[in-house]
Amino acid sequence: MAYGDIARSTTGVLRRLPWWTGPIAVTAALVGFGIYVFVTVMLFDRGEYENYLSPFYSPPVGGESFLPAWLSPAIFILWLPLGFRATCYYYRKAYYRAFFWDPPACSSKAQQRELRGPEHYRGETALFVWNNIHRYFMYGSFVLLVFLTIDTVRAFLPEGSFGITLGSLIFLVNVSLLWTYSLSCHSLRHVIGGSVDCYSCVKGGNARRKAYNWLSVLNRQHALWAWLSLFSLLITDVYIRLLLAGVITDFRLV
Amino acid sequence: MSDSAAEQKGMASKAHAEVHSDEEATLEGKSYRLKIFRGDAEGGKEVEYEIEAIEGMVVLDAVLKIQAEQANDLAVRWNCKAAHCGSCSAEINGRPKLLCKTRVEEYEGQEIRVHPIRAFPVIKDLVSDVSWNYGVSAQIQPFTTSEQAPFTMYEEDVERLYEPKKCIECFMCQDVCHVLRTHHKHPEFAGPRFFVRSQWLEMHPKDEGNRLQFLKEGRGGVQLCNITKCCSEVCPVGIHITDNSIIPLKERVADEYYDPAKWLMRKIRGRRNGSSNGNGGTRSTHARAGIRTNG
Repeated sequence: MAYGDIARSTTGVLRRLPWWTGPIAVTAALVGFGIYVFVTVMLFDRGEYENYLSPFYSPPVGGESFLPAWLSPAIFILWLPLGFRATCYYYRKAYYRAFFWDPPACSSKAQQRELRGPEHYRGETALFVWNNIHRYFMYGSFVLLVFLTIDTVRAFLPEGSFGITLGSLIFLVNVSLLWTYSLSCHSLRHVIGGSVDCYSCVKGGNARRKAYNWLSVLNRQHALWAWLSLFSLLITDVYIRLLLAGVITDFRLV
Repeated sequence: MSDSAAEQKGMASKAHAEVHSDEEATLEGKSYRLKIFRGDAEGGKEVEYEIEAIEGMVVLDAVLKIQAEQANDLAVRWNCKAAHCGSCSAEINGRPKLLCKTRVEEYEGQEIRVHPIRAFPVIKDLVSDVSWNYGVSAQIQPFTTSEQAPFTMYEEDVERLYEPKKCIECFMCQDVCHVLRTHHKHPEFAGPRFFVRSQWLEMHPKDEGNRLQFLKEGRGGVQLCNITKCCSEVCPVGIHITDNSIIPLKERVADEYYDPAKWLMRKIRGRRNGSSNGNGGTRSTHARAGIRTNG
């Protein structure tokens, strides 16, 4: 079957699905991820196996003896990527639709099911006005990404010398997806070039325009990067948990 | 014509003929049931009509056929029948569509329910009164510059302006926007169409106007938008309304009103919130500030 036929039949199938399948699928995925992270962080105070460090626990801050055991590095760190995703323009769309049904979907039938009446709808002027600090979470997330990149390099150095293992490849895919997701951020796109009206009028305008156009290409698939990077985070942590529990052993390729 | 070219042409026409005959085979003798809203601002009901399909038939063809043969008083607005004028926007099975761009065969096996766009008052049958939009448009500060036309502009400065200029003002984005359609925030919310227009103006290299205050505190109401992207999904000309118009405007509003670092810089420089036209400035503002430009 040609690619066009597959795309057409997939679109046809998706179009025929009831409107509520989208919000329910998103709710299930986000709630599932939230429960996994919460349980993991509450149950385990560490996420390190040999040269692997779980992305939830990187960088390994805290851990001082006077602190209670449940105050793991994850508690100190996770608010930052969590805030980055919670204020992300894509996730905002996803949770307004899935959790708040504001609206759950675009059809007139779905919009009639909105939970809030017109007198209570405030958009992003009341509580959600805090989403405007997204750019600050973005800056912080780039700092974390540097640590995650260092962790990935360490993952390729089992026993101190270069080697490729299944775990290191999982780390590489994970950090690549996290970088792609972060670079496709709408706020970064704005900071780099979206805020400029006249590129030929400002210093470095041409470089900013090129960077803006490049980021815009990534930005077109921001939702895809958001989901893929979320799942890659999950898979990376699950892999380390399985290694720690002795359920699997790391497979060395080179 | 060379043999290979003739062969290619033959293949192409054969391929086309096959598709053609397939379509004929699927549409020949088929009939579709259309339920069309009949009524006015006071109320109305769906009336069912049955029509025989013709190859390539779009919903507007079906409605016009019904108007010609079964219901002469059926009101429908249309003009170009080529998806360029935006006149024939309506709701098909609860989603805004251009009647002239939607084929009946897309709804094979389903009933086709055609209603007027509901974010605005119905005049009669499939015709809504969209004049509210022209009132909003008139409230947006128009293109403002101190320079004398004709302008010299560079491709790199205007390439982002092509997309918003594609808008055909069908107002389907306005119709699908729940802020207007469900929450009736017409007095305080301009709607996606006018965020597209504002983005074009705000990003124009020659424009010196300031619409951020209008968008945040005034009639624009961009913060009422919760970016659920329905407008982008229905745009018939493929404008990425949310990603390329609304979010860039929200970011500019955040620069002016919600960014503590930028707020501090404004305090140091003694400038008030909402008093800039974006951050990049224009050639003329740079010229006044003594910044050297290429142009």
